[in-house]
Amino acid sequence: MSAPVIAAEGLTKTYGSLTAVAGIDFEVPPGESFGLLGPNGAGKSTTMRMVGAVSSRSAGTLRVLGLDPDTHGPAIRSQLGVVPQEDNLDTELRVRDNLIVYGRYFGIPRRTCATRADELLEFAQLADKARSKVDDLSGGMKRRLTIARALINEPRILMLDEPTTGLDPQARHVLWDRLFRLKERGTTLVLTTHYMDEAEQLCDRLVVVDHGKIMAEGSPSALIRQYSSREVVELRFGSERNAPRRRGSRERRSASRCCPTGCCSTRTTARRSSSTSPPRVCTPPRAWCGAPRSRTCSFGSRGGA
Amino acid sequence: MSASTDVDARSGGARALYSGNARVVVARGLLATKSTNWVVVVSGFFEPVFYLLAMGWGLGSFIGDVTLPSGTEISYAAYIAPGLLAVSAMNGAVYDSTWNVFFKMHFGKLYDAMLSTSMGPLDVALGEILYALLRGGVYAFGFLTVMQVLGLNLAWTAFLAVPAVLLVAFGFASIGMAITSYMKTFQHMDWINIVLLPMFLFSATFYPLTVYPTPIQWLIQALPLWHGTELVRGLTTGELSSASGLHVAYFVAMIAIGLTFTTKRLRALFLD
Repeated sequence: MSAPVIAAEGLTKTYGSLTAVAGIDFEVPPGESFGLLGPNGAGKSTTMRMVGAVSSRSAGTLRVLGLDPDTHGPAIRSQLGVVPQEDNLDTELRVRDNLIVYGRYFGIPRRTCATRADELLEFAQLADKARSKVDDLSGGMKRRLTIARALINEPRILMLDEPTTGLDPQARHVLWDRLFRLKERGTTLVLTTHYMDEAEQLCDRLVVVDHGKIMAEGSPSALIRQYSSREVVELRFGSERNAPRRRGSRERRSASRCCPTGCCSTRTTARRSSSTSPPRVCTPPRAWCGAPRSRTCSFGSRGGA
Repeated sequence: MSASTDVDARSGGARALYSGNARVVVARGLLATKSTNWVVVVSGFFEPVFYLLAMGWGLGSFIGDVTLPSGTEISYAAYIAPGLLAVSAMNGAVYDSTWNVFFKMHFGKLYDAMLSTSMGPLDVALGEILYALLRGGVYAFGFLTVMQVLGLNLAWTAFLAVPAVLLVAFGFASIGMAITSYMKTFQHMDWINIVLLPMFLFSATFYPLTVYPTPIQWLIQALPLWHGTELVRGLTTGELSSASGLHVAYFVAMIAIGLTFTTKRLRALFLD
């Protein structure tokens, strides 16, 4: 295996008494598509920020493209493409100018930026929106523009923090398609997600993170084999009316969000609203998608029995 | 991570702070102005002109002439015009470096995006301030033209008021951006106006400092606008003194302090 483009050992980030990342180890070889899967607050974004050289680590070692982000921040950042969780497009500039100006931030000559901007608008299927205002774009278009922007410096690693959160199923599939093409071209992808189906679509290998620690590691299919079964039965107790007030219903919502596209029809989920310690979303074996049929069984009125 | 690498990170940080790309931030500002808010920018030019007409021409006709410390008598309009010029430099610079920066920092997330590239915080700070200066410079040139037309430039040194005004604007923009980086809410931003308005009215803009009792004079002399007013007035009236050098030094210090704090804060906010 060639030298990893990212190597983290005992990587830790603390904010005062809060530990966001509690000593994680992972390596990403070039060309791999690597995922960090976990619930909100698991430490995914903090890890991404440290790898992206915009946040200094509290302990551990970290090498990105062989360099230490603490001392070579700009050198590392110049070779990364970053798609943040929240779109931070420049709303005062038009779509095409967003790409060009962002490229200029890297010191890339204007002419090169312009050529690349046109190519990237094609790639992001936004060529007809070149002169539009950013605010007039849909959520999915903004996301694609952010990805296009992240590619303007021809990065060696593309970092995507929850790339499809908040998008509708169709926009999500369009985005996956684009990312899959990048993966085929050999771009190293590092992405965080809540969704196992997304990880399955895009990741060669992933780590499951929770409470700042790595809980499991492997390829999506291996993780499903190891921690889940092909079929999971979801049982929900309580009537349709009172169910939403119960804890289980929240779990269920997240589970269905796990696969709004209907590819969850390949799955059946097991769950009891009364379970004493409900596993967190995306902690094995809860949120995997991957089995053939989805079936939710709701039982009568005596909820939580 | 050991303490020594920590030191490396800070001291080896010249490149981490500045990538020599501030002009791109200026260019971005110009492009943004062109595509969105050029009307607002143009309107900024008229504010001091209106003041000059109302106060200098209107009120001035009742006041008559003003005697400078050297004994020279000049018209009231010629007395307040340089003050208004310094004020417009202050307002333009402060507006750009406070409200605009505040918005970009907290809502537009512009600096998040800029600092995830190879740019450093000093590129961003310097670029934003230079853009504010450019705007201030355009206002200053426009206002000086109006003064020339109205015959209020009394000495050849008046053309030096353009660089002087840029220096004043640079000082205000640096401090303004530094202060803004500590602001968290819109309520905080209102404090800026509470400071600016009295400074505008009382910094010897409309009458000489000598009307005040000594302790108040000291207070006013400690504030930046008085230095700006005096510096510009010296140039347009031709009454330069050794104090002019002091005024320049005041603004140079203001720029150094402002840039240092802004860079530190941007680093702490976005790169930690």
